[in-house]
Amino acid sequence: MIAEEPLLFELARGKAGDYAGVIKGLDSAASGLPADALRSGPPPIPEISELDAVRHFTRLSRRNAGVDTQFYPLGSCTMKYNPRINEDLAASPAVTGVHPLWGPEMIQGALAVLWETARRLSEISGFPGVSLQPAAGAQSELGSLMMIRRYHQDRGRDPRTVVVPDTSHGTNPASAALCGLKVSQVPSGPDGLLDLEGLRRVLSSDTAALMVTNPNTLGMFETGMAKAARIAHDAGALVYLDGANMNAQVGVMRPVESGADIMHFNLHKTFSTPHGSGGPGAGAIACIRELEPYLPKPIVERTGTGDGSAYRLQYDRPKSVGRLGAFHGNFAVVVRALAYLLRTGSDGLADVARHAVLNANYVRVLLAGTLPPAYPGPSMHEVVLNGKVLKERGTSALDLAKRLLDHGFHAPTIYFPHIVPEAVMIEPTETESPATLDAFVSAVKAIMDEDPAVLGTAPHETPVGRLDEVKAAREPVLRWPA
Amino acid sequence: MSIVAPAGTRFTASHEWVSLSGAVARVGISDFAVSEIKDIVYVDLPAAGAKTTALEPFGALETVKAAFDLYAPVSGAVKATNRELSARPDLVSQDPFGAGWMIEIEVSDVARAEQEMAGLMDATAYAEHCRKQKH
Amino acid sequence: MAYIPHTRDDVKRMLAAIGAPSLDGLFSHIPESLRLSRGLDLPAGMTETDTAREMGRILNAGRPPRLSFAGAGAYEHYLPAAVREIAGRGEFLTAYTPYQAEASQGSLQVFFEFQTLVCRLTGLDVSNASLYEAGSALAEAVIMANRATGRPRVLLARGINPLYLSVVETYTRFLGLTLESMPERDGVVDAAALSPGTDVSSVVVQHPNFYGCLEPVEQIAEKARAAGALTVGHVNPVPLGLLKSPGEWGADIAVGDVQPLAAPLSFGGPYAGFMACRKALVRRMPGRIVGMTTDGRGRRGFVLTLQTREQHIRREKATSNICSNQALVALQFTASVAMLGASGLAGMAATCAKLAHEAAGRISAIPGVRLAYGAPFFHEFVVSLPCPAEKVCADMYARAGIVPGVPLARLAPGRENDLLVCVTETKNSADVAELARELAASLTRAGGES
Repeated sequence: MIAEEPLLFELARGKAGDYAGVIKGLDSAASGLPADALRSGPPPIPEISELDAVRHFTRLSRRNAGVDTQFYPLGSCTMKYNPRINEDLAASPAVTGVHPLWGPEMIQGALAVLWETARRLSEISGFPGVSLQPAAGAQSELGSLMMIRRYHQDRGRDPRTVVVPDTSHGTNPASAALCGLKVSQVPSGPDGLLDLEGLRRVLSSDTAALMVTNPNTLGMFETGMAKAARIAHDAGALVYLDGANMNAQVGVMRPVESGADIMHFNLHKTFSTPHGSGGPGAGAIACIRELEPYLPKPIVERTGTGDGSAYRLQYDRPKSVGRLGAFHGNFAVVVRALAYLLRTGSDGLADVARHAVLNANYVRVLLAGTLPPAYPGPSMHEVVLNGKVLKERGTSALDLAKRLLDHGFHAPTIYFPHIVPEAVMIEPTETESPATLDAFVSAVKAIMDEDPAVLGTAPHETPVGRLDEVKAAREPVLRWPA
Repeated sequence: MSIVAPAGTRFTASHEWVSLSGAVARVGISDFAVSEIKDIVYVDLPAAGAKTTALEPFGALETVKAAFDLYAPVSGAVKATNRELSARPDLVSQDPFGAGWMIEIEVSDVARAEQEMAGLMDATAYAEHCRKQKH
Repeated sequence: MAYIPHTRDDVKRMLAAIGAPSLDGLFSHIPESLRLSRGLDLPAGMTETDTAREMGRILNAGRPPRLSFAGAGAYEHYLPAAVREIAGRGEFLTAYTPYQAEASQGSLQVFFEFQTLVCRLTGLDVSNASLYEAGSALAEAVIMANRATGRPRVLLARGINPLYLSVVETYTRFLGLTLESMPERDGVVDAAALSPGTDVSSVVVQHPNFYGCLEPVEQIAEKARAAGALTVGHVNPVPLGLLKSPGEWGADIAVGDVQPLAAPLSFGGPYAGFMACRKALVRRMPGRIVGMTTDGRGRRGFVLTLQTREQHIRREKATSNICSNQALVALQFTASVAMLGASGLAGMAATCAKLAHEAAGRISAIPGVRLAYGAPFFHEFVVSLPCPAEKVCADMYARAGIVPGVPLARLAPGRENDLLVCVTETKNSADVAELARELAASLTRAGGES
């Protein structure tokens, strides 16, 4: 990684390239724009030559870690390899050049992509209804909760509570709040799984839905999932499955069997689309037949088969919760996911889950003597370790994470789920070789033997050391100049 | 640990203190609370005139990584907030009973306020509450 | 197995270390009723070559036009070639959200530069590091204004893109807000007739609006301010190269989509919403925000900050549920604007406006065709045809491979004869002349002369 790179605004020199055909001697008033609507001078944007700009961003990229540069075992993020063939295909004019509001003959290819992807997600989940309109997992969740609320209202009820386990992802309660729903928590049992008795106590006639992640955020399969679903259904609630952890079950299990009614997928997790430094991802909602009418609109329909297929956007959906976005979701991300689904196929997808689970358990076993798993049961695609031994040594999960950066590994997720002290959550994914996992385990063990003072001041080898987040929050500087 | 609060101060189980003088109650958080929270970055206080209800949240205290709700000890309306805290949120840690005060509540019904105060802990009971919390 | 590097020996060794008999054995604790007893009913995996061929077959089912004048929220502009190369660098493409700041200074600095550019273009104090897209960004602004003021009513201009309005309706349905339209005259808000009550949280206007028209934004903002309501402006970054910024004309919150300067059309996504606001509102703003700070050695660095607003800390009390931003698209915007510079952006905006006015002149000269509105417009305008726009569009596409615009009825019922035309700097005068010529020819064929 490289040393400090000035800001664009500090770099400004030279003149920008002539891409936009600056019109010489343009009299803007003659263009029919009223003078009082115009700025008094050019916008305060720096002028930088193309070479200087390319150098700037290239140098910035070299101050970043990605899956492409190193092992990136963030729990529940599924940082698997992002195949480059998908990038190639997403860059083709048949993807990039298509306007979302063109007529049907011009968009058949795009609609076919959406339809084919939805069909595959339907088969993978076992749910007949699918929407690819959500831009992300959190938006899928929001859409799903709206669908659930409308479903109940149509049946003459308006329950306003959502039950979540105490290990739930933060988006679950935040999405509930946007739907005017309150959240009730169920504590996990001593085995790290949903406590069915606790669930029975918390459910009431005011429960609209039970939201679960399976495998849960501890990386463990909720073996009581079907029972939990029955208990929720008996109380009149629907069951929503947060599909962030699909990498553990794709092709080996189907969410519909466990009694869920609706779920979401994160295409940027299980289906290999790149994380892009924080987005764009893409979400998908999949649901049972009774919930299908409520899906965001429009949906994509197909008539005919094979070469005679024709696709159209169906807006006549009176029960739909409406639009979540202006157009059709993150289409070019869906293109990447479809390419991945074609490439892996039915056999490849099952292999993904098997090897993801293999890799996580391998790491769990090798680290067991150093950092014990938080709970004794078998792991699925990720494992949560209890780092309290770090505190006993005078360090912390945070220090371990920072020191791993010096050893050339991106840190795992830390301090989540909140119920595990000094939690360290590792999700290797199936695209990592055993050699990489061995090297990671050696690094963790080596760090555990290092001087706590070195850990406490880590990282030392990165372009900057630990940053003053307190100052950043107390005296926010959010633009340049401040 | 010793708690240095003015005489007559009462405490909630969630570590807010209140000191009632006439119809005005001054509120802050105790030094026990402050000892558990590192690096306060922001105190989110309500606007003047906002209603408060005893034992319901009136604002929040933020560190970099966490937010803590602040609970009103008595019911009424916000008369004043400590403007110093926006530039100096660390005043809460440095002088929780003095310069780190947070809001003043104008109680609409003094009798009701006294009843609400009676339901809170005095310094001795609060000290015991904190001792139990530590174990 | 695609992308799975394990050899058979690797698997054997690892299973032995774990103490499991087989890969299937790793799932043995899962009740059999939950395990698939068959393979997925999907085709088997393909080689890379076959995948490319099959994707090509699927994608090329559509026949694109030769020339398109469609806008309505998705705009065709030139993106400097280097932008795609920069966004394709693995260090940006395959990184996660920059929670471990020391290993993500590249992304964090880009977001800080993005925020700065958005502030400079909108003339407002603070910006976030992007939202999903234009519709949900507008919804988030409406919700933010409601929470900041505690008032339930929202006044929305009729000139807001119906697609964005639809998203606002969806997002606010369960929040107890009342959405109302503002009075309109000749395609824009009738500011003289506007009189917001003290129960209005925000007055929302798109500028230029969905019809391409410039709204009387200063008067609207003044009326809002007088009633203690916030003004939300939905803006397009390209016109901001020439037009007064939202901060200057009185907006408190500005939202929009960076797509015109960041992403190709891509059938609607991924794009990237932006949001900027006055300083006092910063803690109510949704989305990730990057701040500048220093490390222990005084070196400048960037971190995600004000995180207590966000879902992963504040959960149900968060400003929104948003988790991802559209980071890579935000990067594309930053790189693109860096290369265009002030002169490039102003030039691009001026070129679009000039060509659009040329087109409007030629098209309204066709007998039977008139401009629908008299208000000044930027680079989009609505023409009223003497017959249904869909019929004319179908004929122009079939005959000449031209999409002359978006038939308004696709988005706004009851406007069957109206067409929304957009002209950007990707066209030239010859293209505009061809548009007018072919439109006239299609109208003649439709017998549309009045």
